[in-house]
Amino acid sequence: MSRLGTIARRTFLIGSVAIVGGVAFGVYTLRKPAPNPLAPTEGETALNPFILIDRQGVTLISPRAEMGQGVHTTWAALIAEELDVALQDVRVLHGPAAKAYYNTAMMADILPNKGYDISGFQHAVGEALGVLGKLVNLQITGGSTSMKDGFVRMREAGATARETLKQAAANRLGLSRDQLRTEAGQVIAPDGTALPYSDLAAEAADIDPPAVTLRDAREWQLLGKSLPRVDMVAKSTGTAEFGIDIRLPGLKFAALRINPHLGGSMIGFDPSSAIDMPGVERIVDLGNGVAVVARNTWLAQQAVDAIEVDWDVSPNPPDTDTVFARIAEAFDTDENSAMRDTGDVGEPPEGATELSAEYRAPYLAHATMEPMNATALFTGNALEIWCGNQSPTFQQSTCAELAGLDPDAVKIHTTFMGGGFGRRGELDFAAYATKIAIQMPDVPVQLTWSREEDMTHDFYRPGAMARFRGAVKDGKAVMLDGRIAGQSAARQAMNRWIGLPPAGPDKIHVDGAFNQPFAIPNYRVRGYLADLGIPVGFWRSVGASFNGFFHDTFIDEMAHAAGRDPLDFRLELVEAEHAPSAATLKAVRDMSGWTGKTPDGVGRGVGFTYSFGTPVAQVIEVMDENGTIRISKAWIACDMGIALDRGIVEAQMIGGMVYGLSAACYEEITFADGAVEQRNFPDYDAIRMHTAPITEVSILETNTYMGGAGEPGTPPAMPALGNALFDLTGTRARELPFRKTFDLLI
Amino acid sequence: MTTSLTINGTRHQVDLPDDVPLLWVLRDEIGLTGTKFGCGVAACGACTVQIDGEAVRSCQVTLSDVWGDVTTIEGLGTPDAMATIQQAWVDHQVAQCGYCQSGQIMQAAALLAENPDPTDTEIDDAMQGNLCRCGTYTRIRAAIRAASAKMKEA
Repeated sequence: MSRLGTIARRTFLIGSVAIVGGVAFGVYTLRKPAPNPLAPTEGETALNPFILIDRQGVTLISPRAEMGQGVHTTWAALIAEELDVALQDVRVLHGPAAKAYYNTAMMADILPNKGYDISGFQHAVGEALGVLGKLVNLQITGGSTSMKDGFVRMREAGATARETLKQAAANRLGLSRDQLRTEAGQVIAPDGTALPYSDLAAEAADIDPPAVTLRDAREWQLLGKSLPRVDMVAKSTGTAEFGIDIRLPGLKFAALRINPHLGGSMIGFDPSSAIDMPGVERIVDLGNGVAVVARNTWLAQQAVDAIEVDWDVSPNPPDTDTVFARIAEAFDTDENSAMRDTGDVGEPPEGATELSAEYRAPYLAHATMEPMNATALFTGNALEIWCGNQSPTFQQSTCAELAGLDPDAVKIHTTFMGGGFGRRGELDFAAYATKIAIQMPDVPVQLTWSREEDMTHDFYRPGAMARFRGAVKDGKAVMLDGRIAGQSAARQAMNRWIGLPPAGPDKIHVDGAFNQPFAIPNYRVRGYLADLGIPVGFWRSVGASFNGFFHDTFIDEMAHAAGRDPLDFRLELVEAEHAPSAATLKAVRDMSGWTGKTPDGVGRGVGFTYSFGTPVAQVIEVMDENGTIRISKAWIACDMGIALDRGIVEAQMIGGMVYGLSAACYEEITFADGAVEQRNFPDYDAIRMHTAPITEVSILETNTYMGGAGEPGTPPAMPALGNALFDLTGTRARELPFRKTFDLLI
Repeated sequence: MTTSLTINGTRHQVDLPDDVPLLWVLRDEIGLTGTKFGCGVAACGACTVQIDGEAVRSCQVTLSDVWGDVTTIEGLGTPDAMATIQQAWVDHQVAQCGYCQSGQIMQAAALLAENPDPTDTEIDDAMQGNLCRCGTYTRIRAAIRAASAKMKEA
């Protein structure tokens, strides 16, 4: 077997270790094993534990964080499927920061292929490359990778635990393992003797785990169905613990103000007006801002707002027009990437109709419902942090450096997140909490940002521009040449995470444009990076969040230029390139009863984007109600190969679309004096109960490789809505948000 | 100054300036963290509680203005004894991140108490102040309908 193959195989060896009162099962990491965060005894077998079985029962240690996407439920189901234990009997905890918990799927996504057309060999290389994730401590929840990451590992962990427990029972009963079966958390002997796993756990720890074979999908009892989420009761009774809900003995509460002029420092401040305000205990200089620690969060906010601060100016361009002028200038620089370049896009074929368009998408905030916060306790030689986060190992190293501690002296407790969308992969909230905590040793401090601080200090979805030209002939697309300019979110984010911006072509910047499954003979997509320092980061679906709009809107314009029905036009181009993608278009055509014609006052549009391994098609219907336009209905079809939980996939598809529609309709971050002008939800509204469409979802399972669910629902929502608005009004809006062009219901 | 409050049937004395919003009294002083902070300007509904059965934004009600008995999500039902509306939320698997859901549930419970059989338009009117960034609106509507049907049976 090739070296790559050997490494990939060795990544999936399951082992066990003894823990207090029981046994832990997990996966060996290759070659130099990563230190085991839960059983760090010198000389002990090193593995990353996913399952603990002790007197209390079965626990999943989830290294992926729950932000609403349902990862805890489906990872628990992956284990329960093989372990024969009821889902509700699996306790789920967030795992600590540990090298062993690196994301095996995310690094595979850096390969320069389009995804939908990869060979089996490329797929294997991608899986083997996954081990490189460990090199940068890539314990990330993101990139719609969690199911790809856990699909084999979690089932192997469950199966190994089952067989080891059976061996323990066999030893005790003097039987052979194959005489035993498992059911509902017990090993059962032929005579009906039932031994609970918890009773066998300690003995199982002394047994070398046997090799296992995973059950065939046809035998699955849990996977592929809609399971009750393990976090649902807590989230329906106010008992789920988010970062903002951490309550420690003696806890103090902090609020902050950071220089609103992004990237600017603080010249000085006068705390005299705040120091004597009620409940105030301490004022902390954060370097580029100031914090107040008080008896409760509101008193801290009042006091911090009362401080006179002299802010330095922002190093960034002052206003939105200047920012976009700089983005446009990037088109005149050398291209960063040309990740799709087939045929000849120089001159359109003889007799073709040529068209071109320029598009623009604004900067966007994440606006998670839970404002940024973190709780920190510094004791002089150790630091504990409690926060919702998508990146515990990077939180750990960042806070350790600020506190002057070894990373091992910093413990990260990951909580539920009140929304993540990429924002919780950043490190600033834990860093500011650390800066405050080290001024107040032995006092736990919870720092909560006001909504205004949250919205004005985000790592924004980069604003972007696109210039597309294309040609149609005889009803078909014969040429597409797209150029996309904007800041690189990946370079900034990687620099913050590991202090090293990746060089070379930025695949994420052109994702959702270069890798679309359209059979267009002359097809080129190039990326251009704007040299701007505005803080930007990963926003649900990342590059595809603007490229989906650019690419699919242009496809729609080509369809109309060709005199074709826009759905048929897409279907013909996609069918020749990727059958699962074509099937999603057919599904929304059939579900919506698409005829290409709509009554007066009704418009329909189709949108399609392939992203994160999953093609998603959407049809959106809009209605003119006395001059105000309402989004009335939506149909979604997706294909991620295997839908491990259909109820959760449906929720992610609708939620992803709603997130995209919020951006498409209303959201825009603008700048004045280098500061963000939007401060709270009245300036940055989203889809609400009365503006959300009635939606139907179809989940297909024909895709060869497993795709993601959390993000791919977002990109096609924006073009689908724009195409529907064009159908209704005849006006083509090439700039988001659409409220700038249309009178939308708010 | 000392203020006396009844929250979920229990009397509490708090010694705080009287302009502190009820939200922060609940969360930071009494430790009832089920009620969430989202915006501080009554634009998102995450902090919704009931005062004498009326749904209010607790970020806008100062301590001195609390005019009646306060009910929070913790007072509506518990994991072992959920209210009908909470059970409907579980049955319909509404929550994703879950952060806004305490406020959604308190708003929906107040709606059904006043109007046991709301139309879609009445649901829209009652619920449109409650933001959900995960986009769970379809299931919220289904859960309200189910709870409404269940309460009619009872």
